[in-house]
Amino acid sequence: MSRPVLNMLRISRLPIYTQLHLEEALLRGTKDNWLIINDGAFNPAIVVGISGRPPELIQCNEALQYGIQVIRRFTGGGTVVVDHDTVFCTLIMQGSLLPHVECFPQPIMAWTERLYRPAFAAAGCPDFALRENDYVIASGQKVGGNAQAITGRRWLHHTSFLWDFDADRMGLLRQPGKAPKYRQGRSHFDFVTRLRDVLPSSGSRQRLVDAIVDAAANVADIDVQERTLADAAAALRQPQLLLGTKLLDLREFLRSGEGLLR
Amino acid sequence: MALRVFGTFALGKLGLQAQVMQAAGVTAAYAYSTVVQGYKYAKSHEWAKVHGDTATVGISDHAQSQLGDVVFVELPDVGKVVKQGETFGVVESVKAASDVYSPVSGEVVEVNQALVDKPGTVNTSPFEEGWIIKVKLSNKGELAALLDADAYAAECEKH
Repeated sequence: MSRPVLNMLRISRLPIYTQLHLEEALLRGTKDNWLIINDGAFNPAIVVGISGRPPELIQCNEALQYGIQVIRRFTGGGTVVVDHDTVFCTLIMQGSLLPHVECFPQPIMAWTERLYRPAFAAAGCPDFALRENDYVIASGQKVGGNAQAITGRRWLHHTSFLWDFDADRMGLLRQPGKAPKYRQGRSHFDFVTRLRDVLPSSGSRQRLVDAIVDAAANVADIDVQERTLADAAAALRQPQLLLGTKLLDLREFLRSGEGLLR
Repeated sequence: MALRVFGTFALGKLGLQAQVMQAAGVTAAYAYSTVVQGYKYAKSHEWAKVHGDTATVGISDHAQSQLGDVVFVELPDVGKVVKQGETFGVVESVKAASDVYSPVSGEVVEVNQALVDKPGTVNTSPFEEGWIIKVKLSNKGELAALLDADAYAAECEKH
């Protein structure tokens, strides 16, 4: 009997807006399992979660002046700033592939830790862990944002690992109203860290990506098969597929007076 | 382990609710979550309480405890036609946006606007104040496909 297939797509510099559309189409329009790694976004963007209110999360005036793209995604969670130094990893799974993992947020996140922890160890970071729903290293600094969408017995979990980030762009984010306890009131720059500062230099970024692929092949009894962007993009041709990812115009929030929040 | 942790969390949150439910004489309990008699349940963890031609819909105590703190509920528009087993909205919790499925078919006649400002009501009162929509039923026969409280409790214990 053949093993279940995990389709693997390795790409780089795909625009995050396109990636999110593709992910949602694969989640809602297919029953296939996917691991998608996009090594770097084509252009910088701020991405808010499904219920995120930009005036509370973004310095709207400054972001408009900066000219950065702002996107609302279809998954939960907080706000991230992404660019060419963000490594995106997305898992799209049929629940039956992992029958011991209940299709609820905590079991799914716990399972992803089992995948990412050995991958980070293989890349030179042995103290990667999940803490209060965030991925951190031993110093309690966050190394990436993660979020999920769950639809019946099918789920998507995506992560934006911060290989590096631009301080000016990170400064466009406001301190969120709700923060995990382990943040302890730290500023954004004390709370998050660059993976390039954590992993041994020279080739570590590629090693990390390779290690994630290897870890995925070992975490379940599956057959990993490489696919192309064209293979994945076939999902976007599904008829009547309503996708939740949208571009946001911050001027609308300023016009309504919401963006004047200080 | 995760289920046990969430069971403890659910019991803590439900202390007051359990008293209310017992006063109404409707509580059954399994493992760590509350299941209410007289409601119908879908395997996807939504419930329906029928009053005449209308059903009130919400998510079960098991679902709210597994989801964690609810921070946002995406409500459908009044007048939307829903179908049994199809998604009608989204509940956000712990970084996850989870689809919720209608256990009945019909037309949405009311949505719980209180959840806009207080989405956590889904956690604290999943069977009462945390209801999500009310549906004018188009096919009462579909209720036979839903589980009663004991069958739903048994379904949840499988996990």
